[in-house]
Amino acid sequence: MTDILIKAGFLFISLMVILNYSLVLIGTMARIRAKVQGRIGQPFYQPYIDIIKSNAKRTTISHGVMFYLGPVFRLAGGLGTYMFIPAIYGSVIFSNLAFSGDLLLVMYFIFFGQLGMALGAGESGHPHSPLGVARGLAQMTAFELPFALAVISIAAQFHTLSITEIVAQQQGGWQHWVAFTNPLAMAAGMLAFLGMSMNNPFSVVIAPQEIPIGPPTEYQGSFLGMLQTNRAIFNGAKMVLFMNLFWGGAAHEILLVAILIMVLKTFLIYLYVTIVGASFPRFRTEQSIRFFLGVPTLLGLAAVILQML
Amino acid sequence: MSDELNKTSEWGELGAPAGTPVRNPDPRTIPGSPEADEYSVGQLRILTKELTLANEGLADEDKYLYCDQAPDVIKPFRGFWEDFLNWARAESLWILGFGTGCGAIELRPLMTSRFDMYRFGIQPRPTPRQSSVFVIGGYASVKTVKRIVRSYEQMQGPKFVVALGSCTINGGMYWDSYNTINRIDHYIPVDIYIAGCMPRPEALLAGFKKLKEMIKDGQCEGANRYAEHFEWYKGNQKRVIKDWNMPDYNW
Repeated sequence: MTDILIKAGFLFISLMVILNYSLVLIGTMARIRAKVQGRIGQPFYQPYIDIIKSNAKRTTISHGVMFYLGPVFRLAGGLGTYMFIPAIYGSVIFSNLAFSGDLLLVMYFIFFGQLGMALGAGESGHPHSPLGVARGLAQMTAFELPFALAVISIAAQFHTLSITEIVAQQQGGWQHWVAFTNPLAMAAGMLAFLGMSMNNPFSVVIAPQEIPIGPPTEYQGSFLGMLQTNRAIFNGAKMVLFMNLFWGGAAHEILLVAILIMVLKTFLIYLYVTIVGASFPRFRTEQSIRFFLGVPTLLGLAAVILQML
Repeated sequence: MSDELNKTSEWGELGAPAGTPVRNPDPRTIPGSPEADEYSVGQLRILTKELTLANEGLADEDKYLYCDQAPDVIKPFRGFWEDFLNWARAESLWILGFGTGCGAIELRPLMTSRFDMYRFGIQPRPTPRQSSVFVIGGYASVKTVKRIVRSYEQMQGPKFVVALGSCTINGGMYWDSYNTINRIDHYIPVDIYIAGCMPRPEALLAGFKKLKEMIKDGQCEGANRYAEHFEWYKGNQKRVIKDWNMPDYNW
């Protein structure tokens, strides 16, 4: 019993760290994007104020049970994704609930939140919501393909589906990172990550100019607050996952140094997404599907074939 | 009557060019006509005896689809906690991206690098459900008032209204126009006016700054004012909006 409580306590600490880090990171990246556009940009702590503001609304409107459950599923998806990824290799606090088949479960959880949200947004009855959901799921199906191929390639390379084991085998210097031992899988995965993060050019799902904000059009108040919180956790989880899969994870004897390594690596991963986002205009849905089924999928296939040979 | 109106209102004193087909509009939509007055008086009932919304603009078979509860006054918290929440509300102003009048053109420059409203925590939001500030961008025609009311009521409280331009204060150059309303605060509660024709983006930023101070002071309780004087606001709205075919409160 005590073990479970201690584990829950560690998990809570881990969640708080990733939540706060992601919120600051989202705010910082918005500021970087503003600098690219020649603006000063919002304060880096703006995401915190937005979440407090959303939760401080005095009224909220619900459209039914599923509408309530949409953000709950979404948050469950975000939490589930993060909870099964070991954030820092070798740390008791930050190993979360990692187990031998966690990679498969994490891939499932990445999809889970979107499906829950699709049901919730559908009940809102707003025509833009299902439009956003349809675009989101179509795009997701497309980028899941190169991502899944990259994961299969890594699983074949290391003969394991455990993220901890994958990180363990990348220790001992940068030349052991998947990015260098299996560059094709890294390329496919990082291209899929662009779609996963829903920044430009793959932001048509939540395009504010044509389908007001997409799936969450009708969500307000504390529902929106929950979605904003999830956005931070989910973003953090995905960056940590990609750091673990391709960039050697974060490991050091001193926990603080390991956290700093994680911060640096995830910052660079997010910076890459932001730079691509600031450089390219938005794709239409069919264009992004065509993109993901083209070069990234071929890279993924090549990575798998090379590992199987 | 309708021929006369066609001549004077649409084509000016010279009347319509020869050969222009005469339209026969719905007499209930002609301002000042007996049918319109009768129609609007018939529609003025807002609350039933049970204090639920009458929703008389809806067809009987549609009434069950809509909520018939009038909005309530929700009292703010007291002391430090409400001050903290008001600070968050003031520092995160999401504007409803809906150009209601010509003044909306002055909102666009605020997003650009020259004025950059994002640094003050102000950003546009494309749906009324998530916005907290409604910017009335200048004159409001009767048709637009209907949309303004719908959008305003869909926003979740606390919500703030910024009316920019002289037209929102007294009608401005449209004050005797047949199809624009003069004072927007007869129809929805306004928190702050930004005068000018048109006010420059700098004036808008100054207005937003003032709005922030007012929110932090706890002076912006427009949503509660609307709920408190609901029948007065609704009566004014129904007097000008003749084709009232929506619920009495758009939850």
